[in-house]
Amino acid sequence: MTLLSPAHATALESVMDPSCVISEPQALAKYAIHGIAPGSAAKPRSALEAAEIVRFAAAEKLAVIPCGNRSKLDLGATPLRYDIALDLSGLCEIAHYDAADLTLSVDAGVPLAQLNATLFQHNQFLPLLTPYYSSSTIGGAIASGLDSPLRQFYGTARDFLLGAEFIDGTGAQVKSGGRVVKNVTGYDLHKLLIGSLGSLGVITRLNFRTFPAPIAGTCGFIASFPTHEAALALRRRIVESPLSPLTLDVISPSTARIFATRTPLAAEVPVFSGENHSERQISLPLPGDWFHPQHWQLCAAFAGNPEVLDRYTRDLTRFAHDAKASSANFLDDSMRPSIWGRLREAIALFREASAAASIFRLSFLPGFQAHAITVLEGVANAAGLILILVARASGTMYVGLLPETSVEFGNGNRVDEGTLEKLSMLTQEIFALVRSRNGDAAMLFVPQALRAMPSVQAVQPKNSSLAPRIKSAFDPGNIFAPGRLV
Amino acid sequence: MNALVRELQKLVGQDAVLHRPEDLLLYEYDASVEKGRPEAVVFPTSTEQVSHILQLAAQNNIAIVGRGAGTGLSGGALPRAGGLMIAFARMNRILEIDLENQRATVQAGLVNADLTRAVEADGFYFAPDPSSQKSSTIGGNVSENAGGPHTLAYGVTTNHVTALRLVLPDGEVIHVGTKQGDASPFDLAALFVGSEGTLALVTEVTVKLSRKPEAIQTLLAIFDTIDDASETVAEITARGITPAACEMMDGWTLRAVEEYIHAGFPTDSAAVLLLEVEGLNETVEGQTAAIDEICRIHHAREVRVAQDAKQRELLWKGRKNSFGALGRIAPGNYVLDGVIPRSKLPQTLRHIQQLGEKYGCFIGNIFHAGDGNLHPIVLFDPRDTAQFKRAIEVSAEIIRYCVEIGGSLTGEHGIGMEKSELMPLLFSDADFALMRRVHDALNPTCSLNPGKIFPLGKGCGETRIRLHAANPVAAA
Repeated sequence: MTLLSPAHATALESVMDPSCVISEPQALAKYAIHGIAPGSAAKPRSALEAAEIVRFAAAEKLAVIPCGNRSKLDLGATPLRYDIALDLSGLCEIAHYDAADLTLSVDAGVPLAQLNATLFQHNQFLPLLTPYYSSSTIGGAIASGLDSPLRQFYGTARDFLLGAEFIDGTGAQVKSGGRVVKNVTGYDLHKLLIGSLGSLGVITRLNFRTFPAPIAGTCGFIASFPTHEAALALRRRIVESPLSPLTLDVISPSTARIFATRTPLAAEVPVFSGENHSERQISLPLPGDWFHPQHWQLCAAFAGNPEVLDRYTRDLTRFAHDAKASSANFLDDSMRPSIWGRLREAIALFREASAAASIFRLSFLPGFQAHAITVLEGVANAAGLILILVARASGTMYVGLLPETSVEFGNGNRVDEGTLEKLSMLTQEIFALVRSRNGDAAMLFVPQALRAMPSVQAVQPKNSSLAPRIKSAFDPGNIFAPGRLV
Repeated sequence: MNALVRELQKLVGQDAVLHRPEDLLLYEYDASVEKGRPEAVVFPTSTEQVSHILQLAAQNNIAIVGRGAGTGLSGGALPRAGGLMIAFARMNRILEIDLENQRATVQAGLVNADLTRAVEADGFYFAPDPSSQKSSTIGGNVSENAGGPHTLAYGVTTNHVTALRLVLPDGEVIHVGTKQGDASPFDLAALFVGSEGTLALVTEVTVKLSRKPEAIQTLLAIFDTIDDASETVAEITARGITPAACEMMDGWTLRAVEEYIHAGFPTDSAAVLLLEVEGLNETVEGQTAAIDEICRIHHAREVRVAQDAKQRELLWKGRKNSFGALGRIAPGNYVLDGVIPRSKLPQTLRHIQQLGEKYGCFIGNIFHAGDGNLHPIVLFDPRDTAQFKRAIEVSAEIIRYCVEIGGSLTGEHGIGMEKSELMPLLFSDADFALMRRVHDALNPTCSLNPGKIFPLGKGCGETRIRLHAANPVAAA
């Protein structure tokens, strides 16, 4: 899978400081994608060094995959070639932060949690609370394209990424956008980098608008229901009301059970103002007895001054009563993280629950979710697979399929033929559902055996004619993450 | 009558093609100071017709420029050199309104305000609100990534577009994005918004519809110095308060507007801020009090709160018609669109004033202060060539200053042909090379809107040649 020869490795060491080149197999294993390790890894100390490596790779036709802290490297398809892992964690300066302008310019390798800790000092934050939060770099969070529950209020990275500096496939250091909140100069190429999994360019620096952090007293609200229809009906009532919660998600009982029993392996870091911002990282507390994991849950968070919080409490109490919720609770700063930390880390929790977990992102209009859930649950039940899901009010739905052997959540790590067949059937159902509504489906984390099945390959939408053209404009030699996306 | 015009007429009807010089006069202008006359204008009514027109144009090697309502301020919808103009005025249908999911799909030629009109009775609106919204089209808004006063809180056009139907220069019809908004493998809709008609022609747009807020409070804060007004904006931003809108007008502009609109603006003040706060009753109350306090800290002479919808509308009418009001004072004006970091607002306004004095030009300021999006308006008499030259010089100097302090050439009007030669202030040869490869991947022969965005010679490799080599319509 790598064309990197010993001569290449030596040449690479001549391009940069040899101490920044990794070639021991054990160290390289850390950079493996779907079990495939690169021929070499390079850890540049500057964007200039990174560009030199890309120019070297372009000249030698070697495949480069950029990475940060590698928490989400398994996202996407198996690379066709993987010669050099370009580790950007050494690019770690906050280059510019104008708190009074609420704008920021930050190197790709800066850890997301560290960045927000800096912003919190000015009562600001970046509402990019994505999975693997405590171990993600900002560059990795953008390249992964994963959203956060806060999308409900703040939108996605597309809405607050103002510009980027990156290295294109020719090794040129380029930029697009700027550092101001409104800008129409040239093409918004930086927005294509969101979710590009390193296939278009090597992100070296990102510019964002920052936001005032929700003021102290961010409140959680959780209501439980016997059916998904009832939970979604309350969600719709909230959407149609004047309230504008920060997050608004519905989770299935299977997801709730994972929340009630599992804690993300990664340490938790405080993410809201008002939370304990001590240096010490903590393990997320488990939810208390107010949590009823046998039910569907509607989870909302909101913030504001005491009058605003009162208004939310009054309205949500009334809505939940009208919707005949089985239970409804308001969670303060000490209780809220137990659920919201897990909501943010839902994908990580699903993967930790079973190595065979197949995780998809399904995107269609929110009004279609009730029907989609009914269909998917029916098919999953018939196949004996556990369906876990988080349904955002924006219409994005994260769906996980777990083999039933992992019903106790922890021992279902084997993917046998029978399970594969069932997963394949569900995958086909998922893509058919999405296609029927002109939506979008993405296979995020799925066992490679599943991705390789002809029946699964066949259902994946053909790349639009544009995607390959865009890819080759950015990367004429197809050296960046070949095969991962395009 | 030439062959292409006849073919176009066959395709879209006699009355949907203009080609006589007297009919084309109107189409050589937009709202900028640029001019450029097309050789023919065609008015399609469907995506299919647009596709056929582009195929015909491709066969005849004719340059194309798309046009919405021609309200653009950068010459984006004017041809550099002849060619065929595709005007979207007759593609103005609303194709679908889905209130449950807060989406609308419209043809590109729909007037911005008409979409809000169609959904406001149900409590919805389309958030991007350029001052031209009563005439500008949504397709034009998409092409220039238009903004407006309320984009401070709600974002510009790109934040409200989820899917596009497009026609590529060879006539291929494509969809990008999804109604919901997520798209893989790449977020292509985000690439086309703001691409100024140089990559494809937008024929249909799916947008988000926003819900009207429960409460709106409009404030007018009156200041005796411009410095106090701009310090107020800087502090509102720094305190993390995001009003729905935060607009500034200097005293000189105010007087012109007041004579025209009679909105009740104080004519003896140095600057006013027009601020709007939206949301829950409880939120609006708190934010209004906070803004009032900040205004007073910075010596506001008075803070007026609109008492009802009528007062609010009058204040906004004054703001949105301010450019028109200035038209009564000087025969020509040049509206700039620079963007600066909001923390640098006070020093920038002082600098603009000094530049005006240095060049002997009158420069008014009406702008989106909360976004740092300036609209200095340089007044001149176009018949006085020396004056016109000074106006252009001072404008370029203002824009250069915006870039120097970390800002940008344009916040919402686009580069078009007006600012293309200033692009090297922001971008390197390597940046242009990548932009050009993206351009060429979609518009390889440079037939769509040639000579825009890129400085001449840096765009399509053959821009200069093609402009003249492309067959004139008459020869086809």
